[in-house]
Amino acid sequence: MSAFGQPSELGRIFNVQRFSLQDGPGLRTTVFLKGCPLACAWCHNPESQSAEPELVKVEGRCIACGSCHGLDESAACVDACPTGAQQLLGREVSSAELMEEVLRDRPFFEQSGGGVTLSGGEPLLQPAFVLQVLAELRRQGIHQALDTCGLGHREDLLAAAALSDLVLFDLKHMDDGQHRAWTGAGNGAILANLEALGQVHGQIWIRVPVIPGVNDDAANLEATARFVARIPGVRRLDLLPYHSTGAAKFRRLGRAYALEQVPAPTPARMADLAGVFEAHGITTTVGGHP
Amino acid sequence: MNERTARLRQESLDAVPALDPERALLMTAFYREHLGKHPVSVLRALAFLDLCQKKTVWIGPGELIVGERGPRPKAVPTYPELTCHTVEDLRILDTRPKTSYRVAEEMVAAYEREVIPYWRGRSLRDQIFAVLPTDWHEAYEAGVFTEFMEQRAPGHTVLDGKIYGRGLRDFQADIAAAKVALDFERDSEAEDKRAQLEAMAISCEALILLAERHAVEAERQAEVEPDPLRAAELRRIAEVCRRVPAQAPRDFQEALQAYWFCHQGVITELNGWDAYSPGHLDQHLWPFYQRGLKEGSLTREGARELLACFFVKFNNHTSPSKVGVTAAESGTYTDFANLNLGGLLPDGSDGSNELTDLLLEVIEELHLLQPSSNVQVSRKTPDAILKHALKVIRNGYGFPSLFNADAVVEEQLRQGKSLEDARAGGCSGCVEVGAFGKEAYILTGYFNLPKMLELALHDGLDPRTGRQLGPRTGDPATFTSFEQVIAAFEVQTRHFLDLKIRGNQVIERIYATRMPAPFLSVLTDDCIKTGRDYNAGGARYNNTFIQAVGIGSVTDSLASLKQQVFERKTLALAELVAVLDADFQDQEPLRQRLLHKTPKYGNDDDAADDLMVRVFRFLFEAIDGRPNGKGGAYRVEMLPTTCHVYFGSVCLASADGRRAGEPLSEGISPVQGADRHGPTAVLRSAAKMDHVKTGGTLLNMKFTPSLLEGEEGIDRLHHLVRTYFKLDGHHVQFNVVTAAKLREAQAHPEKNRDLIVRVAGYSDYFCDLSLELQEEIIRRTEHDTFAG
Repeated sequence: MSAFGQPSELGRIFNVQRFSLQDGPGLRTTVFLKGCPLACAWCHNPESQSAEPELVKVEGRCIACGSCHGLDESAACVDACPTGAQQLLGREVSSAELMEEVLRDRPFFEQSGGGVTLSGGEPLLQPAFVLQVLAELRRQGIHQALDTCGLGHREDLLAAAALSDLVLFDLKHMDDGQHRAWTGAGNGAILANLEALGQVHGQIWIRVPVIPGVNDDAANLEATARFVARIPGVRRLDLLPYHSTGAAKFRRLGRAYALEQVPAPTPARMADLAGVFEAHGITTTVGGHP
Repeated sequence: MNERTARLRQESLDAVPALDPERALLMTAFYREHLGKHPVSVLRALAFLDLCQKKTVWIGPGELIVGERGPRPKAVPTYPELTCHTVEDLRILDTRPKTSYRVAEEMVAAYEREVIPYWRGRSLRDQIFAVLPTDWHEAYEAGVFTEFMEQRAPGHTVLDGKIYGRGLRDFQADIAAAKVALDFERDSEAEDKRAQLEAMAISCEALILLAERHAVEAERQAEVEPDPLRAAELRRIAEVCRRVPAQAPRDFQEALQAYWFCHQGVITELNGWDAYSPGHLDQHLWPFYQRGLKEGSLTREGARELLACFFVKFNNHTSPSKVGVTAAESGTYTDFANLNLGGLLPDGSDGSNELTDLLLEVIEELHLLQPSSNVQVSRKTPDAILKHALKVIRNGYGFPSLFNADAVVEEQLRQGKSLEDARAGGCSGCVEVGAFGKEAYILTGYFNLPKMLELALHDGLDPRTGRQLGPRTGDPATFTSFEQVIAAFEVQTRHFLDLKIRGNQVIERIYATRMPAPFLSVLTDDCIKTGRDYNAGGARYNNTFIQAVGIGSVTDSLASLKQQVFERKTLALAELVAVLDADFQDQEPLRQRLLHKTPKYGNDDDAADDLMVRVFRFLFEAIDGRPNGKGGAYRVEMLPTTCHVYFGSVCLASADGRRAGEPLSEGISPVQGADRHGPTAVLRSAAKMDHVKTGGTLLNMKFTPSLLEGEEGIDRLHHLVRTYFKLDGHHVQFNVVTAAKLREAQAHPEKNRDLIVRVAGYSDYFCDLSLELQEEIIRRTEHDTFAG
């Protein structure tokens, strides 16, 4: 049961990451929800994109014992595997169960000024669940952050943001066509949502993944900076350098990775790019390190 | 480091540990002449006096703090009156690949000619083994427990501030007053006490004499010293040695030298465990430091140089070497002296000061194996001190370790100590808690918890030897519930704890009556007041610890059994036992399941952690409060040193998926590699144990440097430590290295001799560790957030 005596909403998540260091202030626990309206080519959590559970096999762990032979690619296969090589990504939890899980690190949150971040996937795809979890976290006095790609119903975003101490809002590309090409959706609704959010929420951190050859050209960065600079609620902007950790995960899921051979931007390059945003008076970090 | 301290440090690193026969020969000659002519306490004091009169005095080039236990740095004496090396022991020590001690042929010859013939059957170890019952010997040989006092004396203690305001002449006055107060009509022990007090007075005289001999040697060197600066230093050394320890020190150098002479006395008199330690060094030196700066007689750099010289002395003192089975095992050169920094003052206020930072700087610059160091972190300790310590830790030397000063106080209050004594106390050795200068807190030996489960699963039979070792607790094939497994485990544990304690009582009594420590007694309240020896209950507080090893392994094994046999019924208990007895032969998938699909301690998973708590509570109830032979009580301690490796070697495969002979979990750390949910989960699991009811717990965590970069990394670590301590965690220490770096060191030891890693309660040179320990340290989970 939730705080208000309503039945616990169910949500689909694929991971609860403790000692999470990148998703807001302090030591945090990040809940990764499963299912996303975007399908970014560089996604470092491709397992978060589909809302359905997915079976993956961690090859390094398999000892070829044959325990899974003859079994469907299903939960039975995961159960039968003695090494944990066969994994089912995605599980359904009630908000009450999730609260029990995330509150375990409460003393660490309280010491460090940390808390819980709801990330994904896209939290706004599961609004009832997310709102209930956020309300309960607020009741418990835990700092909460919403990490969103910005694509969702406006009222859900505003309701969730109203219950969040911090909103992490991703901006991928200012050009609608490019955005659609690389993420599968246009950016119109996202930009409009950010403008609306910026009027009512005062703690927004913009997060820009820097993907060489995709969105790191001067024109796009300048456009991003100009757009962000006029949003009143934005406190800072994090430039997140591309890294290829998603590649292995794409392979594990049996999917093609569009960005093979793309090198990670150098620290010097990232510092230069940060200058573009700082020139617009935006407090900017590289990798979230102030 | 300046030129002097860099050179002294290098000389200490380059010196090769060797055994030296001087002490053994002097002691043997003395006993031949004097045994039976004096009460034993006086005999011991006279023997100590004889050593102080005759031992070689060493003052090395450039030294500012003087005094060596042996005739030169890293020349390690032996203690045949306690434990007499055989010729074979000496040969093993000389030739073993790790932590060897050079043994000259002349020493072997002297041992064969004089030492062994006299002490065979007479040494305390021989006496102890002769009176311990057969079942004790059987359990000892089976690896159920170890015994600390079979070859080293009870020590485990730390000095308080008493020597910084008073000298040994003042203590002699106290002794004289105590003698006058003896009541020979009404106190039947008065004569024993008189002898004991006389022994204490003689031992003070002995140490003052030793200091005088150093003064003479310093003057002799000054006479022939061509460099006038050095000659002046030597004359100053002579002046210092005439002042302390006879009288109270007047300045920073005298304070350090006063402690160092006391240290020499304690480790020369007997080979007590954990050498000796100055305790809250920053607090004790603070008045001398302040005064020196104010008067202009001392600078910060001058203090740094003296501290560095002081540190080098510790590093010169390699631990006494062992005999018997343990001589062949990989040991350690460290003698477990452990400095306490920060903490609380007796009035409860923050104890850290500017010297805390200076000492941390010296620790970082010198990064020597000894002395080990720790920071006592209380709620009142400034973040800046903790963060300074973490920056030193980040270098990967494995020190300082971190203790929860508030929990350390609470633990002692629970044991019945006064609040002021508790605050003036701290930690020594690995993680042991004591009231400094007022307590004999004796570690008696490690206790093999997973072996108890193994016996419970074999009806008391040791499956390794086929011998009926413990009580018959039933054929596991007949067990129909998990509770029956627990019941059998508890019966086995209680049986061997009783046996261990029975042995301890015998050993304590032998030390109390045959091996007093009059000099250590002078330094420990209230031995003078009560006329009793340190080893006979003279200390104000007397706690005796049994150190339980392998709680992670036994927890995971119980959790596996419970889930697989009794809940999921994957296989019958008898089948599982047969698989374990066969070391998982042809059963790798089952082993993998036990490794990966069962609840594991260290993941904040109550399915496992509740069992850990249950085992701990049982242990606590079975041990805590039982009377020892000194008017004190038994307590539980949770630390392994390196014993989890030995204990693992005597256990067959276990239900947590561990193969036969592999190491057990160490301290209260999770089984190596079993923690998969990051450091906060480890800390939460560990904090479910009620640390306040222990006399110390040990938690090891390993971080890769990448996670600790920058101020952010320090912040994170700081939050982890503060939170763990808020949850009453007793101690945590960090290894900060990469697995790749360790592999590289394994491949090229010659290039990595200085690589220090945290082993358990102490740090050691990685290349000096056994291959098994090296492998284990590599395996310990690397808490890197980006790892799989």
